[in-house]
Amino acid sequence: MLDPVSLPEKPPILEMRGISKSFGAVKALSDVSFTVREGEIHALVGENGAGKSTLMKVLSGVYPHGSYEGSILFDGEERHFHNINNSEALGIIIIHQELALIPLMSIAENIFLTHPPARHGIIDRGERHRRTQALLAKVGLSEQPDTLITNIGVGKQQLVEIAKALSKDVRLLILDEPTASLNETDSAALLELLKEFRSHGITSILISHKLNEISEVADRITVLRDGRTVGTLDCHAGPVDEDEIVRRMVDRDLESRYPKREPKIGDVIFEVENWSAYHPMHSDRQVVKNVSLKVRAGEIVGISGLMGAGRTEFAMSLFGRSWGRHITGTAKLHGKELDLSDVHKAIKAGLAYVTEDRKQLGLILPEDIRKNVSLAHLGGVSSRGVIDDIAEMKVAQEFRGRMRIRSHNVYQETGKLSGGNQQKVVLSKWLFTGPEVLILDEPTRGIDVGAKYEIYMIINELADAGKAVIVISSEMPELIGICDRIVVMHEGAFVGEVSGEGATQENIMRAIMRRKGREE
Amino acid sequence: MSTPQEAITAPQSAAGFLKDNLRDFGMLISLVAIVIFFQIATGGVLLKPLNVTNIVLQNSYIVIMALGMLMVIVTGHIDLSVGSVAGFIGGLAGLMMVKLGMNFAVVIVACLAVGALIGAIQGYFVAYFKIPSFIVTLAGMLVFRGLMIAILGSQAIGPFPPIFQKLSSGYVVELISSAGGLYITSFLLGLVLAIILIMQNLAGRKRRISHGVETEPFGFFVAKNLLILAGVGYIAFLISSHRGMPNVLIIMAVLIAAYSFLTTRTVIGRQIYAVGGNARAAELSGIKTTRLVFFTFVNMGVLAALGGLVVAARLNSATPKAGAGFELDVIAACFIGGASAYGGVGKVTGAVIGAFLMGVMNNGMSILGIGIDYQQVIKGLVLLGAVCVDVYNQRR
Repeated sequence: MLDPVSLPEKPPILEMRGISKSFGAVKALSDVSFTVREGEIHALVGENGAGKSTLMKVLSGVYPHGSYEGSILFDGEERHFHNINNSEALGIIIIHQELALIPLMSIAENIFLTHPPARHGIIDRGERHRRTQALLAKVGLSEQPDTLITNIGVGKQQLVEIAKALSKDVRLLILDEPTASLNETDSAALLELLKEFRSHGITSILISHKLNEISEVADRITVLRDGRTVGTLDCHAGPVDEDEIVRRMVDRDLESRYPKREPKIGDVIFEVENWSAYHPMHSDRQVVKNVSLKVRAGEIVGISGLMGAGRTEFAMSLFGRSWGRHITGTAKLHGKELDLSDVHKAIKAGLAYVTEDRKQLGLILPEDIRKNVSLAHLGGVSSRGVIDDIAEMKVAQEFRGRMRIRSHNVYQETGKLSGGNQQKVVLSKWLFTGPEVLILDEPTRGIDVGAKYEIYMIINELADAGKAVIVISSEMPELIGICDRIVVMHEGAFVGEVSGEGATQENIMRAIMRRKGREE
Repeated sequence: MSTPQEAITAPQSAAGFLKDNLRDFGMLISLVAIVIFFQIATGGVLLKPLNVTNIVLQNSYIVIMALGMLMVIVTGHIDLSVGSVAGFIGGLAGLMMVKLGMNFAVVIVACLAVGALIGAIQGYFVAYFKIPSFIVTLAGMLVFRGLMIAILGSQAIGPFPPIFQKLSSGYVVELISSAGGLYITSFLLGLVLAIILIMQNLAGRKRRISHGVETEPFGFFVAKNLLILAGVGYIAFLISSHRGMPNVLIIMAVLIAAYSFLTTRTVIGRQIYAVGGNARAAELSGIKTTRLVFFTFVNMGVLAALGGLVVAARLNSATPKAGAGFELDVIAACFIGGASAYGGVGKVTGAVIGAFLMGVMNNGMSILGIGIDYQQVIKGLVLLGAVCVDVYNQRR
């Protein structure tokens, strides 16, 4: 090996040398080198579009040998992968961000989908059941092998994916944003599992935006920026500074990850009292339980809680009853009671809700920026039902400038924008409705550090303009960083409140745990 | 930070503009190519005045129904019942007008209302009851085909009163006596239509330039409008050389203009595309999605009824076979015209061009003496091919 530092330790299991890959005129990777040692957890970080996914697709053979420059050495031998089967045969297994499980099949059927234990072409169900049980035990999942995927949560599905990888004699496990949609407990469990694998000699590559997780489990960290390797940090050489990673990722100093703001808080403008909602299918399940909330003008209120605490359900039931049944409670704006019986009325009343899932619920992906921006307030660019295309275009251009949406022009399809820019389009759509109360549900999920900062700036601007802002987030540091006050939700009810000054992850968790303890 | 306003105002090169809008022009180019092909293959018969008039008459009801179908498809649904509904309405018209001797105007209004009611019933099940439109309208297809045979007693009813026949086989009243075999009024009508189109284009361009947002190169604009003038003028000339402008062509032109406007310029049109593009996102943006889907089915019912009346007037009888298989031609026209089966994508002009593309092929192949068997094979392949090309272009 050329790198003398890596010699005394274990030899590299994987070495990617001088990888370059272009799409037309766009260079996605240029001369990237990436070395992974046997038995380590190696984190790969970088902003969206830095080339992480492309690099992993080159490694797995999605982009076949010949479509890129450079060489891949696995176990010290040069390899030419022509498709995923080639790389899987050597034990290189990728678990993608979008899980590839079939919802209406059982756990066992999913795990052994491509390679079921069979005799004379007939699947041996008993054997499959036994092997699945063994695998599930390894990943610490206590579900029956014949449980359908659709009946288990995302966190458990992630574990099934890992069990599936284990069934294929994995040697190098690649996880692309595995904790993006997991709550804190599930994330922690998953990271523990990775550590356990390490002790069994399985090597992992972890792609993640969550720097706290990375610094917790990673042995080494490689940073990519604009398709190039910026460098590799060794976590055992000394404590890793998260700000140092961020600096390398974005190549600019972020004062802090959260913009400073002097809150100018006025009177209470938005009040929700005794809000309750029931599950749309299981009508005896109360998901939101007598929630009351007051938000002042210029105030940013965070709602914290574990996944499934009922935060999104609360927001959506409030926003024009778009979720749930038997919704009761009152909502007042400036002391006047609001009619929120459908979404249209909720928007008219001055509410805006930025959904947690921007692709499924936020955007019309095949449509351009212009049409998405005007969608929730077409009345603002039309008269007597006829759209004024020029007024509409000017509105879109204004927001594109104000929000710094990076695109060729306002006629670009939103499906082709990056996550951060898509989120800015969704925000533009809601700002154009001129809301008094803005509810943002996971506003920065899956967005890179730079774009996150910009979104926080926008949120601050809105608050400073005297709006009532409610932010729902699973990332506690984010809530602590931007909110004036954080309410804690647990199993459908508000169980605690911490002010921005005194908010720490510990006392938020304590509020949740205290309630949990009381229930047990 | 770059100023975001820069890119939009720069006029594109003619080639760049054509490339960006290939999808729109590709359809038209295909139609022209097919017309030229059959014109040569049939030794000039295709564009004889009589035949051009025939193509218009033969395809009028397909075009009328395709306007409604396009909107249904854009919302992400489908209506398989239109052929049966058209046939049923034709039978109903026969019953009321011929057997019961009712006034033709009353019958037309009643038939359109029944069409709306049929659309409302099917739309209710699709929009409010959330039953897949494929199933609802498959049921409708069987129900209305059966009802039609029931009211007709499996025999044809006819003939219709002459005034009703004029709906399909009548021509515009000539105010000026024809000169040299040319129906002057009809020809002038055609020219006026072309001039209105060009004036509209000019006004739109002027408005965009004044706001600095025009992207179409000037040369391209001139060429496009000259082609419109030449194309519409030539077709008007051909039609006017036969017997003048058919009434049904006027109905068609008005409907095409109205639905183009509705789908591209109005709030309702925009919302329909949003529903098809992402129903949940549209709903969470305050759009009343169920009501819109319901509306598109009511609209489809009315247009299917109108199509049924036109067919009945053209055949001059209500027969149990009328309308059979129309749904396939209508749906094919929309898909050939670039509509997406997943919803959210499709244009009225595309559907109209798609309908005429199928119509010209039908007509041309019949003139060439190709049997109905191979005509179907070729039409099927063209449908598949057109959609493949479209999908390929999308992926690029």
